[in-house]
Amino acid sequence: MSQFCTFTVGGHLFGVPVESVQEVLRAQEVTRVPLAPREVSGLLNLRGAIVTSIDLRRRLGMADREPDGKSVNIVVRTADGSAVSLVADEIGDVLEPPADSFETPPETVPASVRAVVERVCKLEKRLMLLLDTHRAVGGLEAA
Amino acid sequence: MSNSSQDNPADTAGSSPLAGLEDIVSEFLIESHENLDQLDRDLVALEQDPTSRDLLSGVFRTIHTIKGTSGFLGFGTLESVTHVGESLLARLRDGKLTLTPGTTTILLDVVDAVRDLLATIEQHNGEAGAAYDELVARVQHVLDGGSADEAAAPAAETHAEPAAENPAEPAAEPVAEEVAEPVAAAPVPAPEPVAAAPVPAPAPTLAAVPSAVEEEHHEAPVAQVAPDAAGGEPRRSVADSTIRVDVGLLDSLMTMVGELVLTRNQMLQRAAATENSELAHTTHRLNLIVGELQEGVMKTRLQPIDNVWSKLPRVVRDLSVQLGKHVDLKMEGRETELDKTILEAIRDPLTHLVRNSIDHGIEGPETRAAAGKTEKGTLTLRAFHEGGQVNLEISDDGKGIDPAALKAKAIGKGLVTEEKAARMTDHEAVQLIFLPGFSTAAAVTNVSGRGVGMDVVRTNIEKIGGTIDIVTAHGEGTTVRVRIPLTLAIIPALVVTSAEHRYAIPQVNLLELVRLDAEQSKVAIETVHGAPVYRLRGKLLPLVDLREQLGLEAREPGATYIVVLQADNQEYGLVVDDILDTEEIVVKPLSSQLRSLSTYSGATIMGDGSVALILDVTAIARSSGMNLESGEDPSVANIDLASAESTSVLVVDVGSGRRAAIPVAAVDRLEEMRPDRVERAGQQEVVQYRGQILPMVWLANELGTGGAFADPDSSLRVVVCRSEDQLLGVVVDDILDIVESDLAVRIENGGSDSAVVQEHVTELVDIAAIAARLTPAPSLAWSA
Repeated sequence: MSQFCTFTVGGHLFGVPVESVQEVLRAQEVTRVPLAPREVSGLLNLRGAIVTSIDLRRRLGMADREPDGKSVNIVVRTADGSAVSLVADEIGDVLEPPADSFETPPETVPASVRAVVERVCKLEKRLMLLLDTHRAVGGLEAA
Repeated sequence: MSNSSQDNPADTAGSSPLAGLEDIVSEFLIESHENLDQLDRDLVALEQDPTSRDLLSGVFRTIHTIKGTSGFLGFGTLESVTHVGESLLARLRDGKLTLTPGTTTILLDVVDAVRDLLATIEQHNGEAGAAYDELVARVQHVLDGGSADEAAAPAAETHAEPAAENPAEPAAEPVAEEVAEPVAAAPVPAPEPVAAAPVPAPAPTLAAVPSAVEEEHHEAPVAQVAPDAAGGEPRRSVADSTIRVDVGLLDSLMTMVGELVLTRNQMLQRAAATENSELAHTTHRLNLIVGELQEGVMKTRLQPIDNVWSKLPRVVRDLSVQLGKHVDLKMEGRETELDKTILEAIRDPLTHLVRNSIDHGIEGPETRAAAGKTEKGTLTLRAFHEGGQVNLEISDDGKGIDPAALKAKAIGKGLVTEEKAARMTDHEAVQLIFLPGFSTAAAVTNVSGRGVGMDVVRTNIEKIGGTIDIVTAHGEGTTVRVRIPLTLAIIPALVVTSAEHRYAIPQVNLLELVRLDAEQSKVAIETVHGAPVYRLRGKLLPLVDLREQLGLEAREPGATYIVVLQADNQEYGLVVDDILDTEEIVVKPLSSQLRSLSTYSGATIMGDGSVALILDVTAIARSSGMNLESGEDPSVANIDLASAESTSVLVVDVGSGRRAAIPVAAVDRLEEMRPDRVERAGQQEVVQYRGQILPMVWLANELGTGGAFADPDSSLRVVVCRSEDQLLGVVVDDILDIVESDLAVRIENGGSDSAVVQEHVTELVDIAAIAARLTPAPSLAWSA
């Protein structure tokens, strides 16, 4: 059974495989990148490495967070080995759901979400959307 | 650090006859020493597995390589030893002999002999008369079918010791041991190498070997050859004073030093903010040490330009033979060093430029003789450091480039308009050669006309942050100047702000800074068709607002900073909010999500730990509409001092303070007309004028300001102009003056150009173009 690091974005519970998470940081000051795709919230200095930060709310087509809203940075390693920071609302627990609790996302899920959600996990009380980190950080259109 | 030591020494030697033989020898030594260590291991492994063809072939190749190179370098003894060794190995490899312990011993003896010889060569710069007849005879004996064990017997006795000891020898003394051994142990009457040793010429050194080694070579050579038993410090051999280092390791060292530089920058900022003198002292020291470390690590990646140049004599020779030209190649500053990555990047462009010079530049002997030149052309390569950059020059004394021919060709290919070409200076015309799709050879030769034009050369050089320029004198020769940064990883940059954000601009692009206070910026920034320009010492400098380029909110009026930049051949001013400082920055690439943004060439971490984007000056120029290649574009300031023939122009006011100039040659009369005379014919406003219908044109509309007409009761000021047979009335706000102007300082802007006339930016009115745009008035001859 694999473990998932969970977090919430706009009230939904998301998860990514624990192995892909490098670290979780509280809200960071970022450098805005003019002309960048709107999902890119900026660049941050992670101990000398420059990491691109992607706002998951925007990536998932959700409303922007309130200016003083809480946020966390979940730094994940993508398939090509580069680190990318995903900005979520709140960090959750590490869960270990049974392998048979996963299903492909239903067709009715908005395309913007389905594009980056690999599977849906049926937890006891709620659903966890398994985020495909590689797809979540790719395929952005320039502003 | 060993220069191009991956190259087969024979290759290096063969292709660089002009390079010092010493370098070749020392490369040969380094390579051979490494190979010999491998040989020892292979031979021992071979004993365990005597039939392994892989091992045998490997050993064979190594000996073969040494033999080949030693033959080439004229080391006869070494060649004869390796030759018999090779023959023996060939038999083993082909299965004609099987490996016995005796054979292995003999082979190890051969390896030892080779090692000894190499040590001798290294110390004496030659074989110093060492002889190995006995060993050769023994090998020959085996080759002739004798018993290997028998032949090996004496050798096993005498050489058992060194063979066993060699690997365990203290690293400091290998040379002493190896030279001493054969003399003492070999039963053959070998001439004493020590006695026979001529005082060696300064031993070969690699350019990258620290100079300390070189100094050691010079001191008391005789004492070194025979160090006394008490332990005279033997000099370090070439093989011991250099090591091969994985480039990946150097890269990661460089990265770490980059981080260290950034951390230091942060530290310096913090320390400057406190008053702790001890901390200040410590950070000062840290600053110095990091600086030196950075320099040191950078040096490890530096290689002499000769690594690239060494291939060129061959290129020059082959080409000149092929083309029937006589070319003398001169190289100056071949020890000039630059970063390995950059060196690789300039290899092809450089070769291309050299080929170009020979193919297009230097003439055949008859032509040269006819032009009063020596039959032999000279191609000079120069390399030197200047201001943190490396300058490369490729000069020939050939026929030069004819700017007129280039212009004609560019026009023929539709790369520039005729009009534009006519206004170009010779220097500008020569730069046409960099346009994509331009090739000067009338016939496509297989030499230079391979589809790789000068535009590719320029692109490749710009890719590594370099610039290229051509200076030519028709009939006398051409010089191509390439300026490239020493290294790519850490660059000095200017830090500016725009809308509260900081951006770094590489200093290599920076020409100068201009500050205009709030008052000045109101008047000093003029516009041409809405495109802002600034008059920098009489020349129009197109301005690009950084905020606008980045899509940020517009600036409050106030003090303005103009960063004057050079992008390709174009100068422009980048308008920023503030200029902060210069800083050494470490360039970091952008992640894949942002790589499509050409505006930035990377990002860096500033002294305070925040991230700043690095602006790509050339890309910004392009995206702001400057067409850098052909200069066809609105904001390209085309300063043309050549066409200094002065023109008489009528200067008029077109409202909102804008001025325009109409060539007097096109003006028929100046008239005042009452506005109610204007009638309409179709879409066209006309007046009846001297028995004709005169189409009327409002100049303000033509120039795009549109705008407020003057009071309908006041009379119209009309400039009656003629274009071929057509008359037209040009309505202006006011007629100011007639001046003689050379219109030298001008800027091109699509259809309408501008120039500085009487200290004002003045748009030049093209009457012919306006006339052509008029709706045809077929009944002009219609009589009133």
